[in-house]
Amino acid sequence: MIMKLTINGEKKEVARESMTVKELLAHQGVEMPDMVSVQINGDFLERDAFDSKTVREGDEIDFLYFMGGGGSAW
Amino acid sequence: MEMCKSVYEKIIEHARREMPLEACGYLGGKDRAALDAYSLTNIDKSGEHFSFDPKEQFEAVRAMRKEKQRAVAVYHSHPVTPARPSQEDIRLAFDPEIIHVIVSLAAAEPEVRAFRIVKKEVTEEPLVVIEGLRNKPENQE
Repeated sequence: MIMKLTINGEKKEVARESMTVKELLAHQGVEMPDMVSVQINGDFLERDAFDSKTVREGDEIDFLYFMGGGGSAW
Repeated sequence: MEMCKSVYEKIIEHARREMPLEACGYLGGKDRAALDAYSLTNIDKSGEHFSFDPKEQFEAVRAMRKEKQRAVAVYHSHPVTPARPSQEDIRLAFDPEIIHVIVSLAAAEPEVRAFRIVKKEVTEEPLVVIEGLRNKPENQE
């Protein structure tokens, strides 16, 4: 079973019947899922749902790393 | 990396406008060329820290896609410290693909430098500023 998804704007096929968001992030090489924000079909997904939320055929998934820092600590 | 001169000027202007707070945003472009600056809100409202607004962050990336661009770099300003990554910048660098551009206003003349930060290792990325880079035919498609 191949699932067609759009991940960060690119159409991709994943050879899985079902996949949680956490599994999808690992599949995409994300080593620190706690440091990304995820939107599915334009809606934010809470981080504590990454383990339980499954993606579906045709879903548009966007994930972006937290971006922060600062010039204070040397 | 290459940076269009208009982008270089825009991020310095943004850094000056936000003083004494840190300014931040994305640089969108193609390959290793930064063609547009997407200024974002520093939700920390601080002169010592910055964090992107996640909602604006997604909107900016979608705007880049419409221009057939991708996020080449993130930029932020150091109002009173040098243009090199602080311990905070290194600790919070999670995306191994992105270049980190720092605009320092610590000296009389602004300084802009670029770095890669991968697994807490910092490497300076040579930065070349090019007039009219955005208008080159290969960057118009």
